[in-house]
Amino acid sequence: MNTEITQPVKPELHSRLVAWAVSHARAFFFSLGKLYRAPLSSFMTMAVIGIALALPSGLYLILKNMELAAGGWDTGARVSLFLKPGMPSKDQRALANQLRERAEIERVTVITPDQALKEFKQSSGFGEALNALDDNPLPPVLVIYPDPGMTDPKAIEVMVENLRRMNNVEDAVLDMRWLQRLQAILATAKRTVIVVSGMLALAVILVVGNTIRLDIQNRRQEIEVAKLIGATDAFIRRPFLYGGIWYGLLGAFIGIILVEASLGLLQGPVQRLAGLYESNYSLLGLSGVNGLWILCTGTLLGWFGSWIAVGRHIRDIEPS
Amino acid sequence: MILFQNVSKRYPTGQEALSNISLELGDGEMAFLTGHSGAGKSTLLKLTALIERPSRGQIVVNRKNLNNLGSRRIPYYRRNLGIIFQDHHLLYDRTVFDNVALPLVIAGFRHREIGRRVRAALDKVGLLHKEKAEPITLSTGEQQRVGIARAVVTKPPILLADEPTGNLDPTLSREIMNLFLEFNRVGVSILVASHDLGLISTLGKPMIQLNEGRLENPDQGTMA
Ligand SMILES: Nc1ncnc2c1ncn2[C@@H]1O[C@H](COP(=O)(O)OP(=O)(O)OP(=O)(O)O)[C@@H](O)[C@H]1O
Ligand SMILES: [Mg+2]
Repeated sequence: MNTEITQPVKPELHSRLVAWAVSHARAFFFSLGKLYRAPLSSFMTMAVIGIALALPSGLYLILKNMELAAGGWDTGARVSLFLKPGMPSKDQRALANQLRERAEIERVTVITPDQALKEFKQSSGFGEALNALDDNPLPPVLVIYPDPGMTDPKAIEVMVENLRRMNNVEDAVLDMRWLQRLQAILATAKRTVIVVSGMLALAVILVVGNTIRLDIQNRRQEIEVAKLIGATDAFIRRPFLYGGIWYGLLGAFIGIILVEASLGLLQGPVQRLAGLYESNYSLLGLSGVNGLWILCTGTLLGWFGSWIAVGRHIRDIEPS
Repeated sequence: MILFQNVSKRYPTGQEALSNISLELGDGEMAFLTGHSGAGKSTLLKLTALIERPSRGQIVVNRKNLNNLGSRRIPYYRRNLGIIFQDHHLLYDRTVFDNVALPLVIAGFRHREIGRRVRAALDKVGLLHKEKAEPITLSTGEQQRVGIARAVVTKPPILLADEPTGNLDPTLSREIMNLFLEFNRVGVSILVASHDLGLISTLGKPMIQLNEGRLENPDQGTMA
């Protein structure tokens, strides 16, 4: 027997910080060890998280690819510039040339009133009736093809507005239904990705929260004993929080693998499809930044899910 | 060291487990808590360990009034106590060593220090050779001794034991009680709840007798 037993021993103050770090490291590895000891159930939880993260990530990638691919297409936007009737054809051509200089304009074709009338006669079937007209009532028209790089409808509208205000211009009419539709589709798809991401993020939080909750229930006795011998709630929470972080992080890894694997499966058909359109487009994969994003998101969601679970359930467990 | 002043405990069920208890256990003293089943022995220990709160009265431990101790301070308060139960509360998913080490881990001791102290505690209860064993492979008496090692490993100034010999044979019971006497000899204050009157009456320590939540021998309630 020694006499020092009468002295309650407390760790020295200067080692408190070290003890805190040691406790974190212990929880970190302990929670990892727990996953390792129950590999199947851990893997299933992580796989669910992986799928939940892979879905919005995959959708996001598809969208990004669509946007990129759309940038290379003829968006079909055209501006018909109606000039003042009676404008000399020399001036029409001068104006057309002047517009061709502009960077945002790819091509300009001139439709003289005579050409327009001829076309109209042919397409409308009113040929004879129109022959009765003395004067050609049609104005000269410049058809302007904007640069295909201009995919923002607003920028095109601004351009049209400027064209309309030019001298000798009666009116400018924009036809960009195609572009508008494409933009609307992309906007809808983007919103869908956001909504789906939100719901799946919630799913990850619930899955992790529920897993941790069950874990806490299974270790109820251990928690009671720990509280009885002076463990703070923070100490008891720590391994569970790290558990959630591990679930999220490793689940995110699985998610990335799933996305890349799916991409690999799509690559062949996409290239064949692109080939049919005489393009050599190949699918864009996850960038390093994207990958980092998924890992961080997974980790954060895992932490948050376990945080919700431990906050409620550990406080409720008291020795009796 | 432990002071009860007019303490009553009524459980939410309406059961009055303790009525107007006043007693004192001085520094380094040891006493036995006896009484019939349901007399309130466990309740008294639970109040001391802040597992339950009194309905009335004051409890002062180590000159600290427990009524003024917020729930956030409870873990730190409990580190001054070694708590031993009849059901030894061992964790069966880890070794004897890890069970005994738990209070040190919680208190934030360093690795090497933990090894040293755990072995010292196991040595004291005569189980040093079992440090790597799983608790489930130990006999009841051995498990109880592991529980005691865990309670004393941080060298707390106070030990609380609730029926520590509850289901042990007489020889083992005496061994356990001798352990407590040894700890008391080096200055630990000890309160042991037990109804093994035959054994404890031979140990020469004061007895606090409870009967339906009241002190049976109020004059002996204060030991000095
Ligand atoms: N959590 C509780 N809720 C309600 N009543 C309780 C609770 N714990 C104990 N009691 C009641 O308080 C009284 C005292 O119980 P306590 O456990 O303190 O007795 P004891 O002296 O330890 O008995 P035993 O020797 O059987 O362990 C009993 O009547 C019991 O039914
Ligand atoms: Mg009892």
